Amino acid sequence: MIEKALKGNRSYWIWTVFLVALIASGLSAYYQQRWFGLTVTGMGRDASRGMYTVQFTFFIGVAASVVMVFLRQQKELTETVIVALFMAASAALMSMLFVVADMGKPDRLLNIIFYPNPRSPVFWEFLFLSGYLATTIIAGWAMLGAEKKGVQPPEWVKLLIYLSILLAFGILAATALIYSCLPDLNFWLTAVLATRFIASAVAAGMALLILVTLALKKTTGIDTGKEGREKLAMIATYAGAAHILLLVVQLFTPFYSNVPLIWFALIIGFVSVILLLLPSSKKSEPLFAGACAALVLSLLIEKSTGLLIGGELVPVPLASIVAYVPTSTELFIAAGIWSLGALLFTALLKVVVSVKMEHVG
Amino acid sequence: MMNEQRREFIKKTTLGVFAGLGAASGLVPAFSLEKTALPVWDEKPVPGKIRWGMLIDTRKCKEDCQQCIAACHHEHNVPAFKNRREEIRWIWKNSYRNVFPTADIAGVSKEIQNRTFISLCNHCADSPCTQICPTGATFKRWDGIVEIDYHRCIGCRFCMPACPYGSLSFNWEDPRTEIVDPVTAYPTRQQGVVEKCNFCSNRLVKGLLPACVEACPEQALVFGDLNDPRSDIRMLLESNVTMQRKPELGTKPSVFYII
Repeated sequence: MIEKALKGNRSYWIWTVFLVALIASGLSAYYQQRWFGLTVTGMGRDASRGMYTVQFTFFIGVAASVVMVFLRQQKELTETVIVALFMAASAALMSMLFVVADMGKPDRLLNIIFYPNPRSPVFWEFLFLSGYLATTIIAGWAMLGAEKKGVQPPEWVKLLIYLSILLAFGILAATALIYSCLPDLNFWLTAVLATRFIASAVAAGMALLILVTLALKKTTGIDTGKEGREKLAMIATYAGAAHILLLVVQLFTPFYSNVPLIWFALIIGFVSVILLLLPSSKKSEPLFAGACAALVLSLLIEKSTGLLIGGELVPVPLASIVAYVPTSTELFIAAGIWSLGALLFTALLKVVVSVKMEHVG
Repeated sequence: MMNEQRREFIKKTTLGVFAGLGAASGLVPAFSLEKTALPVWDEKPVPGKIRWGMLIDTRKCKEDCQQCIAACHHEHNVPAFKNRREEIRWIWKNSYRNVFPTADIAGVSKEIQNRTFISLCNHCADSPCTQICPTGATFKRWDGIVEIDYHRCIGCRFCMPACPYGSLSFNWEDPRTEIVDPVTAYPTRQQGVVEKCNFCSNRLVKGLLPACVEACPEQALVFGDLNDPRSDIRMLLESNVTMQRKPELGTKPSVFYII
């Protein structure tokens, strides 16, 4: 089936070449990072986590949240399931790559498996994430194969999907634990953190999925269904509202309200949830897409400034606070990883579209 | 005095098992002299179990003296990066506010507040850094020392924010270019791994005291077995009011301060 990803029209190839170029520039930046060390990033003694960690946390959320689609086994969402599985797999791959990019000794990555420390949430994170990547991609591929043959997917696919649901909650919990395992960082030492992780992850993931299905409809004419999108929007709205509530609650804890851009993130998040609640946004597609994009942006800002920068600036009681700013090398590496994820997702979606086209034609 | 202390020390490092047995024969008395309410020891002495600790008498520490730092950093090939972002430190000096940020400041004299205090890895009994390390590269030894395996470390740096004392340093670039006067007795590190104070485990096996303890001209640093009621450090702990860093976090540090 994969050969279907090698055939495409002009715009498909322009998009692919664009992604490959970004991947190449990311690779060359990564080569530089490997050669000179992590000193080429903006991180340092006082800000030991940076952009890679933010992206990792964000895409973990996107990957895991997609299980909301399988959890609610509804007719409207059956068409969305394969797209959701592949989005989960791409996002899981991206967050794994962000972990690797963040490592000083990536050649020793497998030490996590060879010498596991079961007390460490980082170990569980790695285990769950690789398991999730495998289950989602295998399940998605098997479902696609069944669709091509026009038969029901085999029973074990259902088992894999159930397993992936468990793994998804596992990775979200492990991520939250990594943050709250740091005893001195009282900014993150909060019971709300895990809850907020799940809420914001679901909101961001569902909003992104809506955007992907809209893009698919626009570029290929394959529509996973307006009703499906409305269902997704409903989940995104509830999760977004829950996230905003939890964020507002946290604004009353010390320091949070001083975090840069947090008010901006809060306001656009609030506006996007209101827009999604309005009946008129369901009629106007651009408005609908805009609201979803605003929600994703709000959560991305909240994750980067609210979670990371806020966490790193505040807890250090030392007088000297060093603000973290990512370097161009970091940005190129991040862009390369985004492109790699996008390329995988594009190729998988291309196969999905070709299979569906065969049936239509 | 010094010779006696040293003889006693050598006896212990070579005959550690017997010393530990001796420690186990007497129950640990209740300590009321600690400023913290938390138990100082992580557990009752187990036969043969040593828990190395350090007591820093900051009254003796001279403000402009850097000899402990120089000795340690020379002993362990610690690179001398000048910029704070890439700084590698095993032992360093810091202000009262930074070393004891959560301690009471009321009633603390200006003189103390303006003094600098030696900081190093606390070799906590409940160490957050060893808990978060995914590969066990940062691990706890049988004798209480928190050690790093430089060959297993994957450079994920989760231990850095996990440590409430800022004891871990990461090699952001190749450290070998910045080692001033390299020694062959201790390995250098590669780019991309973390490092920190190892309580001179490399010297302990030879029956030597930690380099900083030996280098201090004022003998302000006392090193010994916290599980041995007859050790110098235990006797000093019993007869002085001491402090630990951030005791409220429950990490149970093995480094104590006399202010």
